[in-house]
Amino acid sequence: MVWNLILIPLGMAAVVFAVPSNRWRPWLLPLTCLGHLALVVVVLGQPSLLGQPSLISREHWLVLDPLAKVFLGLISSLFLLCTFYTAGYLSKEPERSNRVFCTCLLLSLSMMTLVILSHHLGLMWVAMEATTLTMAPNLYFHRNPRSLEATWKYLLICSVGIALALLGSFFLAYSTLHAGLEESTLFFDDLIRQAPTLSRPWMHAAFILLFVGYGTKMGLAPMHTWLPDAHGEAPAPVSALLSGALLPCAFLAILRIYHICVAAGDAAFARQIMLAIGLLSMAMAAVFMIRQRDFKRLLAYSSVEHMGILVIGIAIGGWATFAALLHVINNGLTKASLFLSAGNLQSAFGSKQTENVCGALRRLPLSGGLFLAGFLAITGSPPFGPFVSEFSILTAAFSTGQYWTGSLYLLLLLVVFLGMGATVVGLVLGNPPETAGPAPFQESFWSGAPIVALMGLVLMLGLCLPAPLREILQEAAVFLETGR
Amino acid sequence: MVGILIHILLVVGLPPLLLGVIVKTKAVFAGRVGAPVLQPYYDLIKLWSKETLLSGTTTWIFWVGPAVALAATGVAAFLVPLAGEAAPISFAGDLILLAYLLGLGRFFQACAALDTGSSFEGMGAAREVTFACLAEPVLFFGLLVLAKLSGTLSLSAMLAGPLSSSWQSSGASLLLVLVSWFVLLLAENARIPFDDPNTHLELTMIHEVMVLDHSGPVLGMIHYGAALKLFLFAALIVRVAMPFSLRNAWLHTGVFVIGMLLLAVFIGVVESVMARLRLVQVPRLLVAASVLSAFSFILLLR
Amino acid sequence: MIVHWLDPMLVLALLVNFFMLGASRLRAVIYAVAFQGVLLGLMPIFVHGEVGWWLGLLVIATIVIKGIVIPELVSYAMREVFISREIDPVVPFVPSLLLGAAGTGLALGYARTLPLAPSHSGSLIVPASLATVLTGFLILTTRRKAITQAVGYLVLENGIFLFGLLLIEAMPFLVEIGVLLDLFVCVFVMGIIIHHINQEFSSVSTEHLARLKD
Repeated sequence: MVWNLILIPLGMAAVVFAVPSNRWRPWLLPLTCLGHLALVVVVLGQPSLLGQPSLISREHWLVLDPLAKVFLGLISSLFLLCTFYTAGYLSKEPERSNRVFCTCLLLSLSMMTLVILSHHLGLMWVAMEATTLTMAPNLYFHRNPRSLEATWKYLLICSVGIALALLGSFFLAYSTLHAGLEESTLFFDDLIRQAPTLSRPWMHAAFILLFVGYGTKMGLAPMHTWLPDAHGEAPAPVSALLSGALLPCAFLAILRIYHICVAAGDAAFARQIMLAIGLLSMAMAAVFMIRQRDFKRLLAYSSVEHMGILVIGIAIGGWATFAALLHVINNGLTKASLFLSAGNLQSAFGSKQTENVCGALRRLPLSGGLFLAGFLAITGSPPFGPFVSEFSILTAAFSTGQYWTGSLYLLLLLVVFLGMGATVVGLVLGNPPETAGPAPFQESFWSGAPIVALMGLVLMLGLCLPAPLREILQEAAVFLETGR
Repeated sequence: MVGILIHILLVVGLPPLLLGVIVKTKAVFAGRVGAPVLQPYYDLIKLWSKETLLSGTTTWIFWVGPAVALAATGVAAFLVPLAGEAAPISFAGDLILLAYLLGLGRFFQACAALDTGSSFEGMGAAREVTFACLAEPVLFFGLLVLAKLSGTLSLSAMLAGPLSSSWQSSGASLLLVLVSWFVLLLAENARIPFDDPNTHLELTMIHEVMVLDHSGPVLGMIHYGAALKLFLFAALIVRVAMPFSLRNAWLHTGVFVIGMLLLAVFIGVVESVMARLRLVQVPRLLVAASVLSAFSFILLLR
Repeated sequence: MIVHWLDPMLVLALLVNFFMLGASRLRAVIYAVAFQGVLLGLMPIFVHGEVGWWLGLLVIATIVIKGIVIPELVSYAMREVFISREIDPVVPFVPSLLLGAAGTGLALGYARTLPLAPSHSGSLIVPASLATVLTGFLILTTRRKAITQAVGYLVLENGIFLFGLLLIEAMPFLVEIGVLLDLFVCVFVMGIIIHHINQEFSSVSTEHLARLKD
């Protein structure tokens, strides 16, 4: 059953590649994602698959454990909504061939699903590498020098990160060899079971390499340098998927490694590193967000900041773990809506620079309004979802006695709010600049409805967390914290 | 007693022969007949009978410099063990004395060059001492490797018998030392690829230009001193490369001489196949040699 | 398990690293990385001692891909853009060499703290692998030409492959082939990107790729 989750997008990618019509090809995308989401709902709903990981036999390469459930739901729904937007986006550029674009989108969905479901360190690594490669052509969709530069940086830096992650995986495998086990293994179940016996120096080195490697893909500072360029130059739906889906996949990889550390009883070492890098990410993002002239780069730095928040949440532990997992969903949805509405703004005003964009609320009431709402959501204003998760992390920090962490976290959130707010308010309010001739961009159903849906979900998560979701998150948090 | 006699004979007689062999090899490579192998001896004899011209702008440093250089190199020659025998002068720490005697010679030669007040000589002196700075670590790391392997700090003890067993245990280190010392030999003795001994263009010279204004017996002293310096470095390399010791002193001397001549031929071959490096690339090569020798030392430590 | 030929081969691989740090001619660097690839491809034979059929297949595949195919791809990219020299890297050649030497020393030191299994003890594989990874990283970050950066990535992957030698007996075939495949695909894609860079800017100096910044 779970194999279909990977094979369906893969098969449809081949179909999409073969379809000759440039006009109808994009519409296959939401169709595939609809099927994917339906399958995900079925899989999540079936109680028989919610088994304890320890009961599953060790030869399982793909396992749906509690962590996977959280991420799978997020990815699937994000892809569905973004592909609806994409279909409308691509129909506005009929002269550009979207064959490679659509194929790569479906391939990356397939590979991301593989990352989430894989329970073997090596397979997860292969899938992560594949997501890097399949996203690269999409960054270069517009074929101008700037996007070429962004694609080159993305490819180079992420490949180096993935290579380091491979070395870390090797180190982990060697630690099992050194512990004198019957054969070295990379299955998560075995690693978790044998974690207490693994050699400490090797595990520490492995954790650092894996954290740096997958952290590069996740966008943690100081390895985040590809992120602003890639998000800034990519087409809007690709940026949305990068921020909302790809970064959380890398986060999942880090969570799996952290899980092994917890099982080995060595969580303190991992927590220190994660806390330091998380705070550093937030700080760097805050600094670069002030007076940022390009609003898509602004959103990219916001992604860096939120990845920092996620890692801080895990590092604090306890209640903050639940909050961090909730924040994955909140951030993913909000970021996607922000990027999509930013895409609308860019199409309408013809530029990403803040000096050229002004008065978005008057020119594009829906997108401008949603952009403003997204900004309020992402910086943690009630009643939106991110407020709940960010506030929970803060209270967890103070309640476990980490006052410095909590204060620094709060301060950086404030700086981000002020920095981002100054830019966003300038974009959204005021009078739009005069343009000669008709406006090139009209708000359509396909460019507006996905964003409305996303913001609606974010609002709902802020007002009331549905019980099934709460259960899944709770299960995942317990799974992570107790190391079983 | 016999050992000291052999040592003196080798030190006095062999160096110019090495130069002659190098020149001959290069000629053979170029398809010429070239100068006779004993030509350097004839040159020295010829120079001895000429008069020394001293410029009015120079001081006593000008002719004392080469003399001190030759004296320092000569004393250093008595520190290096040749032909498997211990050197006439040997004590713990004499490797430092060796390096500094060579440095003393270089210093006085550079002073003599600067003394002339000519810009060509000054330029040559500046280049020479810069490259010597960069080449210094190579010698020291190589000596450190040998010291670590033998456990002593005396040249004669380091290069004695136990070296052959060291080849089996740390062959990689010794090979790296050999390679880096060969580069050092080329650098310190102004051979291609660092300096072309046959060039006529003063702007491209390093060592030749320092001695442009010398003449007569003083020039003879300089040439002989340079040959002796080449001899010393070659002796170190040959000893590390052929560490075995034979019973008969004369047989060992013969093997040693053959080894030196083979090394001279090899230097000639290297000079024939390579071109001279651009001056900005010389530090790169020297640093690479230093890194190699440092690496050989680190390999021993693990 | 380890035949005593392995250590000199590892030393040779490390020397190739130093050569690549100091060389400015691109052709020399490409030959060096191809040579290193062939050297690494031969090493499984010396790690294992005896050659089974799949080990032989792995050796041949590694040598062909690392030693022939990938350098050919990079040379092809080089010919397309008519460059032959790396001029003036961000960190000049001499400091690069010194940094590489320092990195090798650090790798040797750090590898001492990592305990090895009894059958592997006394081997240079871990320090060599870490040193090669550091060298690759250094080349990647300090060179200006996109092709040299791609070569730096190749060296990084070589370092990782070196470490994989320790796990050849125990690791599933899947990941070893995954490494090779990933390398191939990455270089292929990088080649395409370099081609586009050249078309866009008529040059592959990454100085042109410096417009996106804050």
